[in-house]
Amino acid sequence: MTTTEPTTNANKELDSKRKLPIVENFTRRAAVKGGFATLGAAAFVAAVSPLRQAAKNTSAVEFMQQHYTELTLEQKAEVIARLEAETKQRYGADVTIADDRPIPGTKFVYAINLSVCNGNGKCVEACHKENNHDRSTNQSYIRVIEMPKGTMDMEQGSTTYSGIVPKDDKFYLPVQCQQCDEPPCVDVCPVKATWKEEDGIVVVDYNWCIGCRYCEAACPYHARRFNWKQAEVPAEEINPDQSYLSNRVRPVGVVEKCTYCLHRTRRGKLPACLEACPTGARVFGNILDKNSNIRWILENKRVYILKEELGTKPAFFYYFD
Amino acid sequence: MTRIANLFFAFLMCLIASAVLGILLQPSKRAETRQASVTERANVAQSTPHSGSLHMHEVTIRRPTGPPRIELVGIDPHGRAPTVACSTCHSVREPNLENRNAASLDEFHQGMTFNHGNITCYACHNPTEPDALRLADGSSLLYENVMSLCSQCHSKQAESFAHGAHGGMNGFWDLSHGPQVKNNCIDCHDPHEPKYPQMVVGFKPKDRFNEPTIREHEQEGTAGHDNH
Repeated sequence: MTTTEPTTNANKELDSKRKLPIVENFTRRAAVKGGFATLGAAAFVAAVSPLRQAAKNTSAVEFMQQHYTELTLEQKAEVIARLEAETKQRYGADVTIADDRPIPGTKFVYAINLSVCNGNGKCVEACHKENNHDRSTNQSYIRVIEMPKGTMDMEQGSTTYSGIVPKDDKFYLPVQCQQCDEPPCVDVCPVKATWKEEDGIVVVDYNWCIGCRYCEAACPYHARRFNWKQAEVPAEEINPDQSYLSNRVRPVGVVEKCTYCLHRTRRGKLPACLEACPTGARVFGNILDKNSNIRWILENKRVYILKEELGTKPAFFYYFD
Repeated sequence: MTRIANLFFAFLMCLIASAVLGILLQPSKRAETRQASVTERANVAQSTPHSGSLHMHEVTIRRPTGPPRIELVGIDPHGRAPTVACSTCHSVREPNLENRNAASLDEFHQGMTFNHGNITCYACHNPTEPDALRLADGSSLLYENVMSLCSQCHSKQAESFAHGAHGGMNGFWDLSHGPQVKNNCIDCHDPHEPKYPQMVVGFKPKDRFNEPTIREHEQEGTAGHDNH
């Protein structure tokens, strides 16, 4: 209950002057500003729209996908089903994308016998086919460098050699991802789209990669590749045995790399490049197994590490007879 | 206050408008993927069943099927190219233990090239048993076991082979998952001319490290620059 006091006219006038208006119409200034703000926001949307165009093939589901390591089993199943359907739609090929995880107690190591390698390039081709690389660019994770004898300086070599091999005054150095224990490519990734797994394989979540290519620049072995275009592969040439972190068809604009064929090696098989090598220069195995080929080589052969001085600690060795 | 409220309101409207547009563009696609994901869910969990069973698969070394056969010129009345065993001729011929190459033979094996050190034919072939080989101690050896013969001299390679450091292989690195097949010496090395043959490079990726050469004026430019 309030008791109203009789007020004088003068008081009333004063009150109405003090009171703030409850609703005020837009002033011209505010209207103009609002108009420009709308224009500005519209301009922003327009400016961003090319991004939407560029990502035309990216569905909302794909865009909202979590990082691989944060996906639940159920989410993974959904993602994989979607990727399989996409491959079917785009390439007309029925593929199986598995989610191969490291085998406990394994650390994969590769070794190449440089006394035997003759630079024929069959490994390069096998990698190309196994990993569903773009057919028109002959993309591959392996580069064979023809080196002058007496140096291990990669920069002195050439990858453009052709014709009959081996040439007398040359040796041949196949270079692919060295699966470093101190991987500079992983350190520089701004979004953690690439990481090292328990069995030593450095992998990329192609759906998390933003394509900045820092890793490509950071790798001293030039082992990473950028997808400048969507891979073109005929349906009958698509390798249907795929893995999420490995050889599934990669989207355009992301970085990819050798995974030691984890879709094969994590199922116990040898990598494709090894099986393709006609000279038998390639050796693959589990370094944690005392009786493995790799251990014998490291203990008994002259072993060389490429760019050892950089401290990248590769899981890749070159040896001589 | 009002101005800020107005600005905020305008911005909010734009945001909502763009969001609505964005969603309207994609609805069909979303529904499709949803359906697909429901139908195939079984795929994920089946990553490498590392069973506890200790059953190990075998490592098989490829081997020749038996003694070689000599192809004869021409075909028999049935249209087959006839082949004969070594013993067809050599059981009735006197072995020449000194012979080292094809040039000194008056018939047969004429076109063969020998480039395997300076050893005689009968250093490896058995003079008394034409369809078999002979080890250095004189004992007979089946062609299937030719690797024992090679290993007499090439023990280093044999040792490396035994440890997987020489010779190609196929199959599984992990024998608990599957078998492995290793090449035989003579899969890669011709016993009469064992140097690994030269090959022709067939496949080349076309990436920026594979561009043929830098254009000439650029080369001149950099050279000039270096001199400064």
